Amino acid sequence: MVQNIIDVRNLSKSFDISSKEPGFKGTIKHFFRRQTKSLKVIKDISFEIKEGEIVGFLGANGAGKTTILKMLCGLIYPSEGSILVSGYLPFRRKENFLKNITLIMGQKQQLIWDLPPIESFYLNASIYDLDKFEAKKRIKKLSEMLEIDEELFIPVRKLSLGQRMKSELLAALIHEPNILFLDEPTLGLDINAQRNLRKFLQKYNKETNATICLTSHYMKDITSLCKRVICVHEGAISYDGKLDLLLKKLSPVKEILIICRSEEDAIKLGNSGFTVKNKIKNEITIKIENKSITSSLKTILNNFDIEDLFINEPPIDEVIGKVLIKKDYDI
Amino acid sequence: MLEYRVEIALWAISGIIPFFMLNIWTNNNLNESINLSDVMLSRYFLCAFFVRQFSVVWVVFSFEEDSLMGKVSPYLIQPLNPFFRYFAQHLAEQITRFPFALIIAFFFFIFNPESLWIPNLGILFLSIVSTFLSFLIQFLIQSIVACLCFWTEKASSVERLLFIPTLFLSGLLAPVVSFPAYVKSWIYLTPFPYLIDFPANLLSGNETNISGGLSMQILWIFLLFPLFKKIWSEGTKKYTAMGS
Repeated sequence: MVQNIIDVRNLSKSFDISSKEPGFKGTIKHFFRRQTKSLKVIKDISFEIKEGEIVGFLGANGAGKTTILKMLCGLIYPSEGSILVSGYLPFRRKENFLKNITLIMGQKQQLIWDLPPIESFYLNASIYDLDKFEAKKRIKKLSEMLEIDEELFIPVRKLSLGQRMKSELLAALIHEPNILFLDEPTLGLDINAQRNLRKFLQKYNKETNATICLTSHYMKDITSLCKRVICVHEGAISYDGKLDLLLKKLSPVKEILIICRSEEDAIKLGNSGFTVKNKIKNEITIKIENKSITSSLKTILNNFDIEDLFINEPPIDEVIGKVLIKKDYDI
Repeated sequence: MLEYRVEIALWAISGIIPFFMLNIWTNNNLNESINLSDVMLSRYFLCAFFVRQFSVVWVVFSFEEDSLMGKVSPYLIQPLNPFFRYFAQHLAEQITRFPFALIIAFFFFIFNPESLWIPNLGILFLSIVSTFLSFLIQFLIQSIVACLCFWTEKASSVERLLFIPTLFLSGLLAPVVSFPAYVKSWIYLTPFPYLIDFPANLLSGNETNISGGLSMQILWIFLLFPLFKKIWSEGTKKYTAMGS
């Protein structure tokens, strides 16, 4: 049986936020009598993650995804509740815990700006107590997986964003952590760089059985990497389960564009009981429920003279977008 | 690379306050009041320059910037206290400064040949130790101030307040011996005279209490280190990882 590697119970986090009115008067008031209020950004959440799982955290900006990741990796202290990651309390930042995890934040870098990435890799290797031989071996292996070579010897400031992100990943993975916290790892990357990064993460997960917690606003990252998603809405979990189930629930019908041989056929099809979205001459778009799609298509192909047909999946961004604005998904 | 070389040279030149002070002191014959010859005074300020070059600390500014930019977060989840990084950066820069400091000393002796002296090896060794201890004290003081970043975004403002007593009481502008006796007795209870005055007097061969000075430096390190550990541990609980 696969063990839980992350166990979160009734976790909450509050921040003290100060507010200031605009203008000179507001500034003076703010200086002498600062108004602060406590804002609960994470509200009593609980979940578990199994070893080797890749879990996507979905939510609108400010929903609390990144705060959850920061608490999971021990960066910030929880206000209430408990977190166990790999058997450790993250905020205590014990050496063995820190050697087991990594956190990658898109656009935030740990590489030394004026030096080639290889220098940062060796620095990280010494921080994680790796000897030079082992470090060299891991750098070679990871640079092959990430397809970076000459870039290792070029100052970081001269690298492109994609090359820098790959180098960041290498620096963050040199100690072979078994839990990866990735906060928007593909942010700002072009389509090819995003695809390569996803391929790399899949391979890393497969080869090392590492657990990956990921947040991203790029739905392709989520759909190609995560079987399970946790949707966060205003600091609370609105859905925790399989991505497939969520998509089915959110988009129960498919749209089918049918091109008939004649306009009469299109009219006949329109009158045969299907929900018609629109009709232009011999082209008709109908909506069919996912569960009856095979039988409905069989009926159409047997009874009408069809020239061509196209099944349109609803855009994933549109579907997931619904999750970000809804409080609860009971599936 | 040119800009880096120029930057290193500027680092070294930026510490030449002691030479300005030497000029003010000698032009106004101020040294007569403290029974220090011109030669001894110029050696003192040259040594103050050297001590300053190898003990200057800016960790509060680095840490504040890194905190505000969210760069501290990746360091915090590594099994090494981020202050070790800053410590290593300071040591690396001190090594880089060394040749430039030697060049400045060379020109100093060209214009002041009577000030040339060779300290004996024992004194030289103790001066290096004392300068390193001075660096440690300043590093710990600034690290404690830097940790205030966990509570306030502008810890460097507190550092600027500390810079005033550092400037006046450390011996950078005037040897501590020039202060009135009752003020001196108070100054020696603070860490400031052990930052520049004591190591500079030691290296320049001026009369100084070597064992007393070294003991005070070690005592301050022992007092400041647990304070740093405590404030670090409390501060990290307050960390909000802003900017990241």
